[in-house]
Amino acid sequence: MAPADEAALKTSKPTTPAVGPRPPIPGLRRRQLIDKLSAWAITAVAFTAIAAVVLIFVFVVREAIPLFTDAEIREEVTPMGMVLPQPWKEGAEPSFAWQPVSTRPKYSLAPLFLGTLKVTLVALIFAVPLAILAAVFSAEFAPRRLREVVKPAIELLAGIPSVVLGFFALMVLATFFQSTFGFHFRLNAIVAGVGLGLTIIPVVYTVSEDALTAVPRAYREAAYALGASKARTAWSVILPAASPGIFASIVLGFGRAMGETMIVLMASGNAAIVSWNPTDSVRTIPATIAAEMGEVVVGGAHWSVLFFLGALLFLVTLSFNSLGGWYVARLRKKLGGIPA
Amino acid sequence: MIKLSPHQRANFAFGGISGTAAVVILGALAFILVDVAVNGLPTLSWEFISQNPREGMTAGGIFPAIFGTVLLVLLMTIAVIPVGVITAIYLYEYANQEAWLSRAIRSAVYNLAGVPSIVFGLFGVGFFIQFVGGNIDRFFYDGQVLWGQPAILWASLTLAVLTLPVVIVATEEALRTVPREHREGALALGCTKLEAIVRVVLPQALPGIMTGGILAVARGAGETAPILFTGAAYFLPHLPTHGNDQFMNLGYHVYVMATQSPDIEATKPILYGTVLVLLLVTVILNLAAIAVRSRLRAGRA
Repeated sequence: MAPADEAALKTSKPTTPAVGPRPPIPGLRRRQLIDKLSAWAITAVAFTAIAAVVLIFVFVVREAIPLFTDAEIREEVTPMGMVLPQPWKEGAEPSFAWQPVSTRPKYSLAPLFLGTLKVTLVALIFAVPLAILAAVFSAEFAPRRLREVVKPAIELLAGIPSVVLGFFALMVLATFFQSTFGFHFRLNAIVAGVGLGLTIIPVVYTVSEDALTAVPRAYREAAYALGASKARTAWSVILPAASPGIFASIVLGFGRAMGETMIVLMASGNAAIVSWNPTDSVRTIPATIAAEMGEVVVGGAHWSVLFFLGALLFLVTLSFNSLGGWYVARLRKKLGGIPA
Repeated sequence: MIKLSPHQRANFAFGGISGTAAVVILGALAFILVDVAVNGLPTLSWEFISQNPREGMTAGGIFPAIFGTVLLVLLMTIAVIPVGVITAIYLYEYANQEAWLSRAIRSAVYNLAGVPSIVFGLFGVGFFIQFVGGNIDRFFYDGQVLWGQPAILWASLTLAVLTLPVVIVATEEALRTVPREHREGALALGCTKLEAIVRVVLPQALPGIMTGGILAVARGAGETAPILFTGAAYFLPHLPTHGNDQFMNLGYHVYVMATQSPDIEATKPILYGTVLVLLLVTVILNLAAIAVRSRLRAGRA
């Protein structure tokens, strides 16, 4: 409205009777109050997720602290005794042993660390190539109709409870592997690792496939225009472009495999042996917690050691997840700058 | 023989290798499902589902385990759905996306999803049983141990924390599908923000939120590690009726029968039957969630 008109409006006499101040909308104040209060309440509830992570850390660490402070517990287990090889009998060679329930409890963490690493590596060697290749297949080669079957089916694999996969590894895989390869121990790191691989295939597949499909179409078209075949494009252009995302998928798979409990608990044999041989039985950190937590004295040395292992597991998987998330973010940044 | 160009040969080779990998994975999935179905179906009957176990788990049914699992998941859902949905509403409707608070919440949700399930079990023992339960006993029951012990309430709350990210992520995705114009229209007509969300946004987001609920239920029904020492029991003569009762559970039942049975051949039919029931529940729920989700995505495009 022009200023002249405005002035005219102000000076001209109203032709219709003046309308007084609009009557207040009934209940408006109450509704606005409710709106404000609920905004606060919603914000407060949103803190639950942060609280959950903090509480998990605090309450797992809290039960592990006596390990370093309580004099009575330190008589039974010392931090040195958990790390270095100990002479468990008079005059015996120093060695690693995990035997928390015995007249002289032994708490070497080395067999558990080694076991966890061994099973996780077997799982990765089995699962990563399969999952990445399958991701390449559904992102690059599969016709659309086929992709729409493959993707949900692999997601369905993620929905199978780990106790069922553990049961399968224990009842079917173990027997099959023993009769095929003649393993000395029926339950060993290979059986558990393959079972574990089944749980991380969906993780590696999903993250890799997302990374591959995030590569802008211009990359493909440029490669085709230069006369590259589909296979050549996938191998030399798409895979390198998506590499941070694929690396992220492996890191996330590693973190998941390390923390998985039921499969290794059921199919690994649970013997705490120091050995690199994948056909030996192994005992992992999560399986140790799961198997021994039920029978420990609340607040005792064994109890504290198990919570200490849990805290370690929490921190290690947390760092692997953060690393994976960081690589995913890097991929987005790398590909985000180029218009698709 | 048909002559192939070098391009075609390369495509066949790489496509073939990657296709084989996909077939191996799907084959493994199919093998597991078929193996469980073939060995479990002969056991599956109305009696199996509706009766108590008899003769040291070698005969009878698994009704208490089914009942315990359903009750556990029900309590978990009651706890997790409101908190998860409200958190997602905060993140998508209220929060400033760049503010530190919403970033911190997002990062917490992401990390919570990666915590190993056994650590949730330790958390359940350390926080719910020892701290919350122990203090309830100390203050209200003069130290008599009523709540400071493994119980269905603590197990379901532990699972609720575990499934929280599932609900938050699914709800946020559902909120994202509601067009911004619908919110603006509601506000222009005089709705307060809360009214716009409750009356306009949430009804449209409901199918997506339900997907999250279904996924959370499937996850909760299948998890075993977090309930190992927060309340699951192998055999109980009575069904759980109070929050501080222990309970039987399908996953835990499978674990104990498979690893600690004195006579594995005698329990094998029951074992396979139990696995089949557990697998049916989780697979059907997951398929339902996948179907709802793909329909939603198709509708949006």
